[in-house]
Amino acid sequence: MRPPSPSIPEKEFTYGALKQNIRLDGRIPLEMRSPTITFGPELGWVECALGKTRVIAYVEGKMVKPTPERPFEGIITIHSEISPMASSEYETGRPSEEEVTITRMLDKAIKRSDAVDKESLCISAGQRVWHIRLTVHFLTDGGNMLDCACLAGIIALRHFRRPEVEVIGEDEVIHSPLERAPVPLAIHHSPYCFTFAFFPDSETSPVLDPSQLEQRLSAGLMSIALNAQKEICVLQKLGGVPQDTDEILRLVKVAVAQAKDLSDLVDAKLREDWEWRRSKVEVI
Amino acid sequence: MAFVLPGQEVPAKHVNLKLGPGLLQQSNYTTSEDSESTVISTKAGTLQHSGNRSKWWVEGNAKRYVPAPQESVIGAVTQRMGEGYRVDIGSAHQASLDALAFEGATKRNKPNLKVGSLIYARVSLAHKDMEPELECFDAQSRKSEGYGELKGGFVVSCSLKMCRDLLDPKHFLLPLLGGRFPFESAVGMNGRVWANAKEIKQTIAIVRCIEAVDPDGGGMDANAAKAFLQTLDL
Repeated sequence: MRPPSPSIPEKEFTYGALKQNIRLDGRIPLEMRSPTITFGPELGWVECALGKTRVIAYVEGKMVKPTPERPFEGIITIHSEISPMASSEYETGRPSEEEVTITRMLDKAIKRSDAVDKESLCISAGQRVWHIRLTVHFLTDGGNMLDCACLAGIIALRHFRRPEVEVIGEDEVIHSPLERAPVPLAIHHSPYCFTFAFFPDSETSPVLDPSQLEQRLSAGLMSIALNAQKEICVLQKLGGVPQDTDEILRLVKVAVAQAKDLSDLVDAKLREDWEWRRSKVEVI
Repeated sequence: MAFVLPGQEVPAKHVNLKLGPGLLQQSNYTTSEDSESTVISTKAGTLQHSGNRSKWWVEGNAKRYVPAPQESVIGAVTQRMGEGYRVDIGSAHQASLDALAFEGATKRNKPNLKVGSLIYARVSLAHKDMEPELECFDAQSRKSEGYGELKGGFVVSCSLKMCRDLLDPKHFLLPLLGGRFPFESAVGMNGRVWANAKEIKQTIAIVRCIEAVDPDGGGMDANAAKAFLQTLDL
């Protein structure tokens, strides 16, 4: 079932408020909702929330035979499907336009930007490599699921630890976590995604991290994936709202500043979780 | 007050028994002599009854609205049909609203609602096997009684518990907001509250306060809500 588009009073009110640079949740136009990050008991399981939007990401690793074209590289797959759990507008089996956008954007931002070093996932050339599978579950759609999914995905990859494997002659020996400390994935950089929404009225300034209502009422979206080192991985703009070069550059600068803050937050959270895990081991 | 689960038998007995939402009367076919019917609950919540034990209902918290007759709801028109409108009231099925169910409406003079208009209406028929039906006037007096199209303002979604709380005259939130600035509001039992104030900021303050006080959201109490309202720039 397609959701009914926002009612006329909601639409007029939101446009009117945005014109005065007021957002419904009290944010200023270029302000992001502060993310809530919760780690699960397992390594590589993370729940990320941006306001009402909630996404779970988890990473699993298994050993497979590599593809004949790339015998020295591990395999990374990203599974993201929006189930009707997120919102009644999504159906299983029939990917919506938004789902396709999110899947492609995740693929570009996390996989194609070489965030994870694939060669380090090789165990023995042509014989055994790690297959890392990132699954993203969308729990609630409160707008801007893409940024939330991207954030959850990259945190899950950084949080994940794989068991150490040793090659002795022809055999591979997998060391259990009790024997040897599991090793983290080799992460080159952490891309974060930021979405801006543009509105049909050209006087209304674009907003960062649109809520569900703002996203539905927007005329176009622009997503920028970049890391804290100011390297842009993906920039995609959907919808036909012409923008000046200066405007785009201004938004890119905003995203750069946001990426730095977000990266600090993620680092702090990961460190905090690691400290907690260490202290827990000592108690036992 | 007792907590009941769906399917549980309820000790509701009265000569002039009236059952509210969440209760269902079932006849006993098993024993022919005993033709007493039993009342069971159809949802989880606390069982409530009126002072003389003639009216019974179940009060719970949910997000999915199940229409019940005589409840006020807020809906958005999704489709225009020849004789009326289809209205989304957040229930499993869309409700139908007859174009003649307005104050002063005749065959020639019918209100003209657009797709996307918001209306405040009363559920006139809610049979479990049929689409719910709405009306925007009182069938006896044929007056609008405040029902009709809602123009301007903004709609906020909240839990069904929050809606019931807001309808309670003793609840603190609406008087607290009303003490700060004048506004209009309409509370639907289907988890939607419409509010309209003079300034956009004030309407947003209402929306944010409702979300903050909602037991499913922030769950603030009177003092916390007062403090929260102070932090909003009005």
